[in-house]
Amino acid sequence: MNDFWIVVTGILVAVNCGLLGVFLILRGAAMTGDALSHAVLPGIAAAYLLSGSRHSAVMLIGAALTGWLAAYLIEWLKKKIRLQNDASIGITFTFLFATGVILISAFSGNIDLDLDCVLYGDIAYVPLERIYAGSGDLGPAPVWLLGGNLVPVAALVTFGYRGLLVTTFDPGFARGIGIASGGWHYLLMGAVSLTVVLSFSAVGAILVTAFLTVPPATAYLISKRLVPMIWWTVLFGVISAVGGFIAALRLDTAISASMAVVSGALFAAVFILLRLSKLRKQADRSRLNFSRK
Amino acid sequence: MKALEVTGLSAAYDGTGVLDDISFTLDRGALAGIIGPNGSGKTTLLKSIMGIVKPASGEVRLFGEPLNAVRDKVSYVPQRQSGDWDFPATVIDVARMGRYKKGKLFGRLSAEDKKAAEEALEKTGLTELRNRQISALSGGQQQRVFIARALAQAAEIYFMDEPFAGIDAASEAAIAGLLGEMRDAGKTVVLVHHDLHTAAGYFNSIALLNRRLVAFGPPKEVLNTTHLRAAYGVRFGTSADIFGGTGPEAEKAGDR
Repeated sequence: MNDFWIVVTGILVAVNCGLLGVFLILRGAAMTGDALSHAVLPGIAAAYLLSGSRHSAVMLIGAALTGWLAAYLIEWLKKKIRLQNDASIGITFTFLFATGVILISAFSGNIDLDLDCVLYGDIAYVPLERIYAGSGDLGPAPVWLLGGNLVPVAALVTFGYRGLLVTTFDPGFARGIGIASGGWHYLLMGAVSLTVVLSFSAVGAILVTAFLTVPPATAYLISKRLVPMIWWTVLFGVISAVGGFIAALRLDTAISASMAVVSGALFAAVFILLRLSKLRKQADRSRLNFSRK
Repeated sequence: MKALEVTGLSAAYDGTGVLDDISFTLDRGALAGIIGPNGSGKTTLLKSIMGIVKPASGEVRLFGEPLNAVRDKVSYVPQRQSGDWDFPATVIDVARMGRYKKGKLFGRLSAEDKKAAEEALEKTGLTELRNRQISALSGGQQQRVFIARALAQAAEIYFMDEPFAGIDAASEAAIAGLLGEMRDAGKTVVLVHHDLHTAAGYFNSIALLNRRLVAFGPPKEVLNTTHLRAAYGVRFGTSADIFGGTGPEAEKAGDR
């Protein structure tokens, strides 16, 4: 049963991150997700300091708010100061992350807030964090949180499809027809921020970044249109989660890392198959030309 | 009623003024070119009219109303580089974006919306490329996709930013033909253009711009040596260069 919950968690993170990751990579903002996952640290620390509670709901709110602030700062540096995208990301997340470290270390005497625990969740422990209602065991909390998060994320991608599509493909045109690119950007970043925080505390940093970028990038290689790209992303994400879990069991290694490695291997496999089929087509064509001569 | 009224429009970018007190009006059916050297504020003028750049002062009215009241009648074709041409989308996908409207982004596209997009492809000669991914198009074809998206909007006035920049002769001829058809159908078209040699042949009104409006009116009146030197500086020769040079041969021999 524990294995089941671990795989379900992996799949939920893959789908949540993949759906948003599609739009992030198309906007050239894949690493924003990674940056947000680090930038939320001061929010977590501040929420804890202010409330004195390690209750995850309080920390979650703190984290999500800081995530949003980080997204805003990155955008502001880019637009108003005219910094490069990656420089804006670098400044924002290192500053916020380091501020969080200082907050925690300054109050370390009376705080029981473990950095490792905040930053590097481990999917292997997911089945241990259970929710109980009355006498019934409802299963692990991360599964409920991530499952619940899938509702707004899927709603955003489904109902916000056209808004996200037009502001991603051609923001200039979008503004020309009166669609606020900024509004859609912050809506997307809000969803990313929440998703990253939830996923992060469940499965750790590397897997979140991997699921935000690798399955969408793999899907991008083979997709001519956006809707198929979204479905391929979901499929590649699920394969990575399940395949990574099986690999980790067989080889007796870290589960999150295995899932991330499988997603990378899948990217390489798709890329190589694509190249081979292109080469074969070229070979067929030149053979045809040769026989004509 | 005028299709476009620009009154005392000024705009600044990073604190430096790029547009200084621009005023002109266009009648319905005008095919107008905004001409001027690089950095003269042509694109900024277009963006100010479209509400993308906030003007520092001045007013823009379209069909007697502010932009927000008549958005459905206004279409915008940004520069080709505005789009991400590696995006996973096909030609028809982009044309259908012309039917997206503010406040009506949800729900499905109607049969009428889809028909308008197909007709726009027909008019721009893209029907055969309907299902091709946009990354596999030539520059001229990409430009026509943007124009198809604008035509799908079925607007009354069209603002196009450099639709003739960097495209092949066939696409240029196709677009020039379309502009004529649009004018004949009573549409108003405003184009940012920077090839002086073709300007006289394309437009019935020209706004010659260099941060301020140097001259405005029919090509014969605007494109004289005095005005052109005022806009482009003394290095400019004479206006005979321009009126002597129409037709495809002259364009090929042109300085660009």
